[in-house]
Amino acid sequence: MSILDAPKGKTVKIIGYKGGRGVGQKLRQLGLFPGRKIVILRYAPLGGPVMIDAQGRSVALGRGIASRVEVEVV
Amino acid sequence: MRIGLIGQPNCGKSTLFNQVAGYKAETGNFSGTTVTFTESKVRVVGDVVDVVDLPGTYSLAGTNPAEREVIKYMTSNQVDLVVNVIDASHLSYGLAMTAELIELEVPMVIALNMMDEADRMGIRIDVKALEELLGVPVVPMIASKGRGIQQLFTQAYHVGQHQQLPNQTRYSKDIERYLEMLQNDLRDVKYQLNSRALAVKLLEGDQEITSDIIRQKPEIEPTLTKMRESLQDERGQTADWVINGERSGLADNFAKQVIKQGKRHISFRDRLDDVLLHPFFGYIFLILILYIFFELVYSIGGLLETPLMDLFTEMETWLLALFSNPGAFLPQILIALIQGVSGGIAIVLPYLVPFLIGLGILEDIGYLPRVAFLMDALMHKIGLHGKSIVPLILGFGCNVPAIMSTRILEDKRERFISAALATMVPCAARLSVVFGLVAFYLGPVVALAIYLFNLFVISLTAKILSRIVKDESPGLILEMPVYRVPTVRTVSNKAWWRIREFIVEAWPLLIAGSVVLAILNYFDVSKFLNLLVYPLSWILGLPKEVGVPLIFGILRKELSLVMLGQALGSMDFITVLTPVQMITYTVFVVFYIPCLATMLVIKKELGSKFMLQIVGMTTFIATIAGLLARGVAEIFY
Repeated sequence: MSILDAPKGKTVKIIGYKGGRGVGQKLRQLGLFPGRKIVILRYAPLGGPVMIDAQGRSVALGRGIASRVEVEVV
Repeated sequence: MRIGLIGQPNCGKSTLFNQVAGYKAETGNFSGTTVTFTESKVRVVGDVVDVVDLPGTYSLAGTNPAEREVIKYMTSNQVDLVVNVIDASHLSYGLAMTAELIELEVPMVIALNMMDEADRMGIRIDVKALEELLGVPVVPMIASKGRGIQQLFTQAYHVGQHQQLPNQTRYSKDIERYLEMLQNDLRDVKYQLNSRALAVKLLEGDQEITSDIIRQKPEIEPTLTKMRESLQDERGQTADWVINGERSGLADNFAKQVIKQGKRHISFRDRLDDVLLHPFFGYIFLILILYIFFELVYSIGGLLETPLMDLFTEMETWLLALFSNPGAFLPQILIALIQGVSGGIAIVLPYLVPFLIGLGILEDIGYLPRVAFLMDALMHKIGLHGKSIVPLILGFGCNVPAIMSTRILEDKRERFISAALATMVPCAARLSVVFGLVAFYLGPVVALAIYLFNLFVISLTAKILSRIVKDESPGLILEMPVYRVPTVRTVSNKAWWRIREFIVEAWPLLIAGSVVLAILNYFDVSKFLNLLVYPLSWILGLPKEVGVPLIFGILRKELSLVMLGQALGSMDFITVLTPVQMITYTVFVVFYIPCLATMLVIKKELGSKFMLQIVGMTTFIATIAGLLARGVAEIFY
């Protein structure tokens, strides 16, 4: 499932990313690698971005990008 | 000796630099504010060393210009050592880049910054153990409070003198095997990186370095492709993900060995996002915070403007009294000079200073990225991203800082569109026209209608512009910095840095422009000016005398109201203008050509070509909007 389908407040593990190299690199720079655990913090209303916690860092991801990050519940 | 400061965005690197260097670097709590190099001389143990503040980057992958510049700079022997600034509260992230730096085999010292932050999060770091693991001196510090800076630079000075190198890190066996093979193949290749770092970069697939090497040794290309492919087959991820994954694994491992996680104090700040980013109350707070911000800027600015303006008016009267013929050339020029000076001191600075200080505080607290988070969905509806809201909001105060703030947008397209839109936001000066003319004579409802109409036109323009210039950015990826209490020093440094830009670059031209207009006026070119604007005033149904106030309004927007009285021969506007003409004139003034100061900032930030495009675009929009307003107003009056 993608980050968008992940339950709010749950810890999930990144499995992969489906999409362009550019975005993949940017995610990587923020430490969002396969195997890393993240927590879905909150969703902005009206189709706004998703905020996740990656080891104490909060990162906002647009829905387009979030929909392409594959995660699984741990 | 030259020391390079390197670190990830928001690690406090620029704060450290500012502490030692004074007013020479821009700092920000918004990812990636430092985009250029800044250098300063610092005194360390009786010697003078150069300290270079390198742009903040998350890694050294060479995927964006800043990263490429940093790698180039560090490997071209221009620095004797690097100080790697790490946010202690996010140790494993910082160490991932440290692992990359270690590969470059440059002497280094780690500045473990934000120890107070880590403490608050219950993170205890065994500094000695970290030093031993990495073979690098580690100095704990709190840059914002100036703690540990002295020790850091003393330590750095010693490392630089002894050229002490860190312990090399190792990857998994399979990767090490590939690296060894590559290093063998590359033995005869000359490159500014050491052979191991070069092998890593090639295996990772760094585009620039790969093409450089292939140019030197074309036969390496098939080998490289094969290696990357087999690595991908074995690991199920592309080579760059594998290597970076290993590096962060390494960093996580280091962090785990040295961190003792104590109890995390759940503080007020941790709960703050629950309120400020709440799907409903978040917006209420957004409106409230912005309202307070503007209210403060307006009241402080207004408080200063009136007495300052009076002072200059008195000076003008006093000066004119010295001459037997006040209408002569010399007194007129002197008056223009005073007006140019007073325009800066009495009209721009009273608002700009509190505005920039307030903006700096909001920035340093870390609220601006939150505004972007809240507004992203709404901004998407007009074809922009969340961050673009910042210059638009700022534009209501003054367009000059609004244009400056477009720097926070990394995407060029967003920058241009936001800057174009920001010039259409009615600033405080134009507010005086809307209130002085429309609200005063026709009532506040009409003024409100003009503001709503303005919002409508801006949204429409945004939609059209975002259609013309296609969006290529994939969407928002934005780090939300931890809320921080801003320090007086960083806020005032940043405000001063921006104010200085206005004083040094825009103000002299403002004064010169004022003098030029006085000369034109002296030689009685007002008839000619009115004629020049006549096509416009004619289609808008305005008296032809509005030409002069409109042209002078470009210099300072308030003049389009002040000089309108002079031009029409009465300050009681209702006797010389019809309600329809008032509305049409005001709408035109709201949209047409930005003031001189704004244009100069646009020129500096985005180039002359773009400035001219803005002039053309705003004149066009103002005419269309004026015609529309005229049509609608005629229905009511």
